[in-house]
Amino acid sequence: MTRYLPEGLAIPVPENDGLSAPYWEGLQRGELMAQRCKDCGTWVWGPEWICHSCHSFDLEWQKVEGKGRIYSWERPWHPVHPALNGHGPYIVVLVELPHADNIRMIGNLLGDPEQTVEIGAEVEVAFEHHPEADPPYSLAQWKLA
Amino acid sequence: MSERTLRGKTAVAGVGETVYYKHGQSPDSEFKLALTAILKAAEDAGIDPKDIDGFASYSNDRNDPSRIAAALGTKELRFSNMQWGGGGGGGGAAIGNAAAAVASGLADCVVVFRALAQGQFARFGQGQPVKTISGDMAMQAPYGLMSPAQRYAMKCMRFMHDHGVKHDALRAISLASYHHAQSNPRAVMYGRALDEAKYDASRWIVEPWRLFDCCQENDGAAAVIIVPAERAKDLPHKPSYVLGAAGGSDHRCGAPSHNHPNYASSNFATVAPHLYEMAGVMPADVDVLQCYENFTGGVMMSIVEHGFCAPDEVNEFIVKENLIAPSGKLPTNTSGGNLAECYMHGLELQIEAVRQLRGQSTSQVPGVDVSMVVAGPMVTPVSNCIFGSEATL
Repeated sequence: MTRYLPEGLAIPVPENDGLSAPYWEGLQRGELMAQRCKDCGTWVWGPEWICHSCHSFDLEWQKVEGKGRIYSWERPWHPVHPALNGHGPYIVVLVELPHADNIRMIGNLLGDPEQTVEIGAEVEVAFEHHPEADPPYSLAQWKLA
Repeated sequence: MSERTLRGKTAVAGVGETVYYKHGQSPDSEFKLALTAILKAAEDAGIDPKDIDGFASYSNDRNDPSRIAAALGTKELRFSNMQWGGGGGGGGAAIGNAAAAVASGLADCVVVFRALAQGQFARFGQGQPVKTISGDMAMQAPYGLMSPAQRYAMKCMRFMHDHGVKHDALRAISLASYHHAQSNPRAVMYGRALDEAKYDASRWIVEPWRLFDCCQENDGAAAVIIVPAERAKDLPHKPSYVLGAAGGSDHRCGAPSHNHPNYASSNFATVAPHLYEMAGVMPADVDVLQCYENFTGGVMMSIVEHGFCAPDEVNEFIVKENLIAPSGKLPTNTSGGNLAECYMHGLELQIEAVRQLRGQSTSQVPGVDVSMVVAGPMVTPVSNCIFGSEATL
């Protein structure tokens, strides 16, 4: 896969405190990672320093199976960034992951940008790698399973 | 111990607003706009502006109360308050914060204000071109999810899916705002009527929202002065008593990457009951509603979460005839609101709620005693407030 959206959007990088670094590093390896509490087993997403269920600071990064279903979606048409001028519509999906407490991740739905989208449809992850970018990064996209 | 409530302890004594402009068209600086609105509110209240001793705002207003107090020659500054959170979600909470300060004796005369000159600063509706991004926006912006419309559209889409809501309900909200704006010469969209065909032909901004589902971006300022109830009785206008206010959001509403458990929501699930409890009213008692339209979907879900109709009754209840003054079941956004009067970050809605109680609206509902405002649906924290006539005390 090349890229779903045009070049020029902001490149994701970890925060100064490095909280989300294992997630972005995982994507570059082709692995979907999320946090899990070592004390109570709760999946935590997005990245945070504490478990919202038991208040343990002892969270670890675990690989998540890249299968989920569409929880919601939207189709932007109006470009709000210069890189999107003239690009046309695209689809953003919010995907819930049943294998990880139904945590939700955001991505694009690959394929025809004007396709009919069904909430509840099964999807699987597809990694979009940008090794030539400065700095290099990867994204987690979704395609119908 | 006395009852812990704001009910009836304070009142709006004066309201003020500048001319409302399209974004980038204000001839005045944002700070001058703020001062102008505050001076007009003081004049309306019949008080010396130098007697204002407190300032409350929200959404990171750029106009620092200490600078305002110095510029106005304020005799003494006693309350300087900012409600955390963006997106206009603090419009009701700022009224509550001001009322709480006055009711508790922290200050005697507090002005709630909001000033915006988006032409002089960044626009809300545009992503900012930057090379790299981190934090929660790193999970969104690379996928083209940047603007407020894009941030909240998926909440509405899921709610519509869960409850079989048709686009006609969203359209009705937009039509009602534009309908009321045609009677309001202050409205930016005065003289620019909207009908079903024009709405249906408008372009998508982000599905499920078309152009006319989205608020304007404007320049201007608004101000509301709150004083103790007993003092308000001696001032020129019929007092609009603060019956209640509430602000916040439900369990883990701010969870990153759209992980709020109660996602398909305006975020008022827990906030609305607190408001009704303090105000001592039921949804059926509300005579007129001003409900912040960032996007029509937020209004639709707010109407549900404030108990005006059940989720599965939206298609029947949210129709234009029910939303328009004077005779609709729930006259809503009677000045034209954020869509068609002005996007003054919702503070213009507080002013319209007061006008309805005074009998001064350009789309007046007869005999208003309970006048309600909903601020910033879908953001966190959200807030709301209810004003009442003397008959409600």
